[in-house]
Amino acid sequence: MSKIVEGLLYSESHEWVKVEGNIAVIGVSDFAQKEMGEITYVDMPEVDDEVEKGDSFGALESVKAASDLYSPVSGKVVEVNEELEDEPGKVNEDAYANWIIKVEMSDASELEGLMDAAAYKAATE
Amino acid sequence: METFSYFPHTEGDVRAMLSRIGVSSLDELYGDVPEDCLFKGEFDLPDAMSELEVRRFFEGLQAKDVPVKVFAGAGVYDHYTPSVVPYILSRSEFLTAYTPYQCEISQGTLRYIFEYQSMICRLTGMDVSNASLYDGPTAAAEAMMMAMASAKKKTRVLLSEGLLPNVVKVVETYAKFHGVEIGHVTATDGQTSVEALRKELAAGDVAGVIVPSINKFGVIEDHAGFAEAVHEAKALLIEYCDASALAVVKTPAEWGADIAVGDGQSLGIPMSFGGPYVGFMAVKKEHLRKMPGRIVGQTVDRDGKRAFVLTLQAREQHIRREKATSNICSNQSLMALFVTVYTALMGPDGLRRVNALSSAGAHYLHDRLMETGLFEEAFPGKPFLKEFALKPRMGAAVLQQKLLDRGFFGAVQVADGVVTFCVTEKRTKEEIDALVSAVKEG
Amino acid sequence: MRYYDKLVFELSETGRRGWTLPACAFPEVEVPAAVRRSEPLDLPEVSEVDVVRHYTNLSQMNFGVDTGFYPLGSCTMKYNPKINEEIAALPGFQALHPLQPASTVQGALEVYYEMDKALAAITGMSRFTFNPCAGAHGELTGLMVMRQYHMSRGDYGRVKVIVPDSAHGTNPASAAVCGLQVVEVKSLENGRIDVEALKPLLDDTVAGIMMTNPNTLGLFETHIREIASLVHAAGGLLYYDGANMNPLMGVVRPGDMGFDIMHLNLHKTFSTPHGGGGPGSGPVGVARHLERFLPTPRVIKRNDGSFDVEHDAAEAAGQVSGYLGNFGVILRAYAYILMLGKQNLRQVGRLSVLGANYIKECLKDAYKLPIGGVCKHEFVFDGLVNDGAREGVEGATTLDVAKRLLDFGFHAPTIYFPLLFHQALMIEPTETESKETLDAFIEVMHKIAAEAAEDPDILHNAPHGTPVRRPDETTAARNPILKYGD
Repeated sequence: MSKIVEGLLYSESHEWVKVEGNIAVIGVSDFAQKEMGEITYVDMPEVDDEVEKGDSFGALESVKAASDLYSPVSGKVVEVNEELEDEPGKVNEDAYANWIIKVEMSDASELEGLMDAAAYKAATE
Repeated sequence: METFSYFPHTEGDVRAMLSRIGVSSLDELYGDVPEDCLFKGEFDLPDAMSELEVRRFFEGLQAKDVPVKVFAGAGVYDHYTPSVVPYILSRSEFLTAYTPYQCEISQGTLRYIFEYQSMICRLTGMDVSNASLYDGPTAAAEAMMMAMASAKKKTRVLLSEGLLPNVVKVVETYAKFHGVEIGHVTATDGQTSVEALRKELAAGDVAGVIVPSINKFGVIEDHAGFAEAVHEAKALLIEYCDASALAVVKTPAEWGADIAVGDGQSLGIPMSFGGPYVGFMAVKKEHLRKMPGRIVGQTVDRDGKRAFVLTLQAREQHIRREKATSNICSNQSLMALFVTVYTALMGPDGLRRVNALSSAGAHYLHDRLMETGLFEEAFPGKPFLKEFALKPRMGAAVLQQKLLDRGFFGAVQVADGVVTFCVTEKRTKEEIDALVSAVKEG
Repeated sequence: MRYYDKLVFELSETGRRGWTLPACAFPEVEVPAAVRRSEPLDLPEVSEVDVVRHYTNLSQMNFGVDTGFYPLGSCTMKYNPKINEEIAALPGFQALHPLQPASTVQGALEVYYEMDKALAAITGMSRFTFNPCAGAHGELTGLMVMRQYHMSRGDYGRVKVIVPDSAHGTNPASAAVCGLQVVEVKSLENGRIDVEALKPLLDDTVAGIMMTNPNTLGLFETHIREIASLVHAAGGLLYYDGANMNPLMGVVRPGDMGFDIMHLNLHKTFSTPHGGGGPGSGPVGVARHLERFLPTPRVIKRNDGSFDVEHDAAEAAGQVSGYLGNFGVILRAYAYILMLGKQNLRQVGRLSVLGANYIKECLKDAYKLPIGGVCKHEFVFDGLVNDGAREGVEGATTLDVAKRLLDFGFHAPTIYFPLLFHQALMIEPTETESKETLDAFIEVMHKIAAEAAEDPDILHNAPHGTPVRRPDETTAARNPILKYGD
């Protein structure tokens, strides 16, 4: 049973979004980290990079696999979680406590297309 | 049923296996192949030869080649191969092994590759090396793609005019298809011009610059100021080097390079008419994730014993597919073993001696050729190691033919009216003096 | 195998040496300070005997085809004949500089010319280049030829290449390096290309299709003629990935199936040794109308019968490697072709297919066979029929089976490829294995299946007898130690 946190929005590709004003804090769900197995590297963009909704902004790598990360919103990357550079396993430990990037949204209405906790739970069951 | 030494099957074996499968003939196993795809004719090949005949056949071919004394370099060097090296390479556990994906029964391969990676780092001064690439020119092309992958919005890579022509051609070919614009940095007075470099960088949009440590004229280049200029333009500096020469000339790390590439052939690999050789690539730590090719890493096994594995595979094609940094699958493993054993035997002193002997011979030949009055200096005052450029008054073609008629291969043309000679530790004083006599004759 | 835990750096002692060189006959010249290496050259100093012992001991922790059975699907681990080694080591060939004038290397150039003809005869293609150094390199070169062809016709819009979803990773990666977009075409349940799914993908933006036959599941693409017509009608070219050429040797020729471009892996199909991961050689063959796009340098035969090297050709795709090719590897393959001769060539494919089907039939009771029927040189199992999973105990996976096989002196088959099956185990025996070897392998695979059903932990804890056991790959990737002293 994967953990799902209330109050977050979820994408079909298993990213979660926490909205803080105009900033979208983005990470991956418990389901995603379980699927990957032990994460050996988190490939992240650079601050000031532009992202588009639905485009890949990075990837999770394990020993035998790599999984692209897709941005749920468009905008500019304002922060990346540098802790994950040395300790990628933190995403396995707690996928919700360890965000990956923060994006200043260019179009907050894009959030409407995402699922809430209940819908995501239903989708992943 | 005809038998053959590489097929262990007897008629009885074949019958038993066909029966177990439930078919009555080998042809039935191709029952799903459309009739018009099956080849019914006779193959246009010779009849099977015995080993004795094969040997005779190749000795006959070999006899059609004309032995020459090699006084040319141009990227491939006639250095001595110590007897231990081919001996170790012939061990079938190394020779007939596959890629070390099953690490528990491939520790031999994995360990020598780890040693190879370590040696390349020490030779180049860089932080990380991969498990080798096909050859020097393709390693340069891979470095070009790395530079492009690291600077996503840029479209240009600069190549020094001093690089070997085949390196330039290969990089240009990869660039053409990969969508990269190639710019050229001129060489002035026999070395890459820092002014020309600054000018090209100022034009903007440059992801990487490839310059030769020792250029096609044999000149040991001075790259003071290059790294500053390249890094200010937010591009990567890529040094193309001769592995053996790195024992005595400034390393890519000393020049502030981001990526070091080149060919390891000069570490005793026989010239063998063009291959197999071994390309190397070593980078600064921060570029590790974008580096193509296999990499071996150290770890421990479940009993806590030191063990080695292929690692960081998530960069590679079998996992990343079209998003991989490169399509490369194999390395030149056995040739990496070659240079590892060679370097272990030679050690720092041996490598220095190889270069000292080669350089002494080259300078001796240079001086004797100049004494004949038949040459002009191509780049007066520029330092060289084992290869040097001169301008023959008789013209390159005439000189080349003269040498060839007397059994020498040298005077490779590298520019209009400019030829190079190369001397290694294998060339004796007698041979050098004979070459000089040949030049003076007629 | 005995665990030998040294690295050459640990054998180093100042003042030891393993080299001898003649005295210097000339005045020595120092490299000027401005360009002289000033960082220390910290390489090991080891005596000759220690070097020999060290690498000999390392080799004894390795497993080669000469050691035992190596059923790696898609790798064609056939016997590496020793006469090949002698030919490649002929001193006359080893001493040739690649830029020597053609008049001094007529024998070497003839090797290239004759190999070109031999491979053309075997594959039904018109002409080969030997420039590529490996299979993936050959794929890239072949795709460059494909693009060059379209560009020469002003057809710059053809930027896509179709690849089956069962393809090996090098296919899409090579396409990407070559500046082509990859479009995947779905396979049917039986693993073959879904022709109906292919049709809508074919338009004037498609450069061609990249596929192999048999496919990566070891099944012959029976609709190949139809696929060829469809792709050609849409203006595209067909590329054949020759990694799976072995079952076709002597039976079917890719050129006859409609392929326009192909590569071969000399280190698979043509018996040259794998060397621990290279060097290989990936010659690329083309149909006649594409010959002029092959890369340079090329070997040509002049009207007077002599051979020469063409360095420039107006329509060539470019240059893909330093010189003419991995000559040492090509010599080995040529020796192999001459030993086979036209008679034995016919049996290579047939015997390889015999061995694969035999193993499949004998083991399908214990291992899941997702696609039944006759296979070619290789086939895929999808894990154990009974993996022994029970309360509190995880079932045995394909990885566990592979590791347990090591205990019995066999190299494991290819695992977790193709990606279509989660517990994929791909087995390719090749034609050089005896029935006794196959029977021994089958017996051990049955034993392992029985162990799994009884107590999967035996497999979870495997291997038991190898020098190292289940190295920690996660830590290796998280905290990389990539050189001595890291």
